[in-house]
Amino acid sequence: MSLNQKRRVFLKGSLAAGTLGAAVGLLTPGAVLAAWNKNAFTSKNIDEAIAGVVGNPVTTPSKDITIKAPDIAENGAVVPVSVSTNMDGVESITLLVEKNASPLAAVFHLPKGSLPDVSTRVKMGKTSDVIAVVKANGKLFSARKGVKVTIGGCGG
Amino acid sequence: MTISRREFVKLMGLAGAAGMLPGSAFAAAKKPSDLYEIPKFGNLCLMHMTDCHAQLNPVYFREPSVNLGIGPAKGKAPHIVGKNFLQHFDIAPGSIESHAFTYLDFDNAARKYGKVGGFSHLATLVKRLRAERGDGNSILLDGGDTWQGSGTAYWTRGKDMVGACNLLGVDVMTGHWEFTYLDKEIITNIGDFKGEFVAQNVSVNEEALFDYRFPDFSGFDEDSGLAFKPYTMKSINGMRVAVIGQAFPYTPIANPQRFIPDWTFGIQDARMQSMVNQVRETEKPDLVVVISHNGMDVDLKMASRVSGIDVIFGGHTHDGVPRPVEISNKGGKTLVTNAGSNGKFLAVMDLDVSKGRLKDYRYRLVPVFSNLLEADKDMQAYIDKVRAPYKDKLEKKLAVAGETLYRRGNFNGSFDQIICDALNKVNDAQISLSPGFRWGTTVLPGQDITMDHVMDQTCITYPETYRREMSGEEIKAILEDVADNLFNPDPYYQQGGDMVRLGGLDYVCEPAQTMGKRITNMTLDNGSKIEAQKKYMVSGWATVGSKSPGRPIWDVVADYLKEQGTVKVKKLNTPKLIGVKGNPGIAS
Repeated sequence: MSLNQKRRVFLKGSLAAGTLGAAVGLLTPGAVLAAWNKNAFTSKNIDEAIAGVVGNPVTTPSKDITIKAPDIAENGAVVPVSVSTNMDGVESITLLVEKNASPLAAVFHLPKGSLPDVSTRVKMGKTSDVIAVVKANGKLFSARKGVKVTIGGCGG
Repeated sequence: MTISRREFVKLMGLAGAAGMLPGSAFAAAKKPSDLYEIPKFGNLCLMHMTDCHAQLNPVYFREPSVNLGIGPAKGKAPHIVGKNFLQHFDIAPGSIESHAFTYLDFDNAARKYGKVGGFSHLATLVKRLRAERGDGNSILLDGGDTWQGSGTAYWTRGKDMVGACNLLGVDVMTGHWEFTYLDKEIITNIGDFKGEFVAQNVSVNEEALFDYRFPDFSGFDEDSGLAFKPYTMKSINGMRVAVIGQAFPYTPIANPQRFIPDWTFGIQDARMQSMVNQVRETEKPDLVVVISHNGMDVDLKMASRVSGIDVIFGGHTHDGVPRPVEISNKGGKTLVTNAGSNGKFLAVMDLDVSKGRLKDYRYRLVPVFSNLLEADKDMQAYIDKVRAPYKDKLEKKLAVAGETLYRRGNFNGSFDQIICDALNKVNDAQISLSPGFRWGTTVLPGQDITMDHVMDQTCITYPETYRREMSGEEIKAILEDVADNLFNPDPYYQQGGDMVRLGGLDYVCEPAQTMGKRITNMTLDNGSKIEAQKKYMVSGWATVGSKSPGRPIWDVVADYLKEQGTVKVKKLNTPKLIGVKGNPGIAS
């Protein structure tokens, strides 16, 4: 099978999965299982945004959450971010960009038994921490990673 | 005074006998009769060159008098200059090594010892070392920035350097400025390169994978999504050596993304760790090395986080560091080197390796003095042939240097000031901006400035100039952004390169401050303060985002030089620095 054929089959498969809502990570964030949480997504305040999604802004920092994101973004308009964790009983993963005008970027609701490993792209206006909030067994955990957005140029 | 090879050998003998050299990093156990007598050690030899920036011919190159280390990097290699450098590395003041590694007494020493580098002289040295080590006991690594930096490299789209590296016998390379040609040209050049091109940190981005334009390129791996071969195995004197490539992680940020839209980079140290683990498990290597274009500070941090690498041969930051830095990590130790620039040095590491273990090593960063190494005939013939179609244009005299013209240093160099003055004058601007590249050679006082010099200061694939209005606020934002790329205390947030050069504008800089607070008191040459909301006419070049409309920078600079006759810097727009007193990274 050629590369293109393979990709096409993959794409078809993933579209089907999206429709059925079966494959976590391929879902459009928040689109399938939850209604559009307008208050949280338009909130200008990070605590309000977190509370709007998981009910409470207080989280415990955890080293069991891995955020994969570039140290310096190649393009601030589409910054690839992945969040994974080895915790059990993960119900949701919430992704925020601290310095964005509206910090809440994505919410992933994970059906029971799903692998807690999600990826998306976020828009970043300027250098900021990316924050991941994981809700597992009713408890809230978080991690953060700095992503620099730069004008670029002048490399040696 | 210029000394000949014979006189030099005599001098070295006398110096050795008179005890002038002991303690020098170069003084081997026995008296050196010859700078290039490098005793054999161990069972295999890795030679490493980096950042030659396409300098096929010998050049002058002044090392920096300002290379500040901020935060944890303060006072540590490579952030040491001048006398502090000599002291740190036990180099005798006034010696040939002192000239090679520092800016001290540059003009006199440059006249005395002559030019450095040049591929035909480098070829002689490489051949000699290969012969001394014995057939199959050495390889030559190239850290990249090889295909860019001269007129001939630009006009042949890097092909002159691919040919020169094939003739030199480069075995493995990685890249940075190589990626400033069009992606299809890069793929073709790598195809013509007889060695191997490796990079573990360049992927094809997800959109491009759907319909990738180079599916048949041998380095591309569909399953991993890597655009180039991540590593290669070399057999050296019966030992299995893994060479992993690390391209410049911030290429699409520091240079135009539009030439290479399908490729995504990054430091990718997690992938580096899994690559090292995988190589160690599946290939059963005796030695694992990385050729890196991270820059030395990033390499030092990566070496502390990733374990299982024996040596990182580094480049990008153009630091001529005579001794490897040993970094401890949870797997043991990793050696980190950096091998200078512009063809000035060849790094020679002799290693004692057995049964998967590096037992001991000897390292020398050998300066290539072209008066002391005969030109290799085949290489010289090749260089002459490559230059022939452009020779008249390149050797055209434009002006005479009225003082030493150089670039390298954290802030404005004298050649940069000429470029900035040219932009302001020719493009009728108040303020000019010129990128803080670390390549660009040096012209001695009284020496003719030729088009060769102008090209080796300016030659990039996005040379177009611009003239446009900017507010004081915008100018400050640019200065702050570049300053953070240079002085952020976390190396992973640095891009390498130096501070943007300014013409017509002075400022105060406090490197240890945080982003947004480093730049203050911006003033025009007439002393008037820059106002945030006021507009100023600015000229510059090397725009990364999109193509600028103006003429190439080299034409602007050449026009300016032709009017000058003898060129002197009228006023050096260099910032007043705060908080750097006593920092060994700045000349006192």
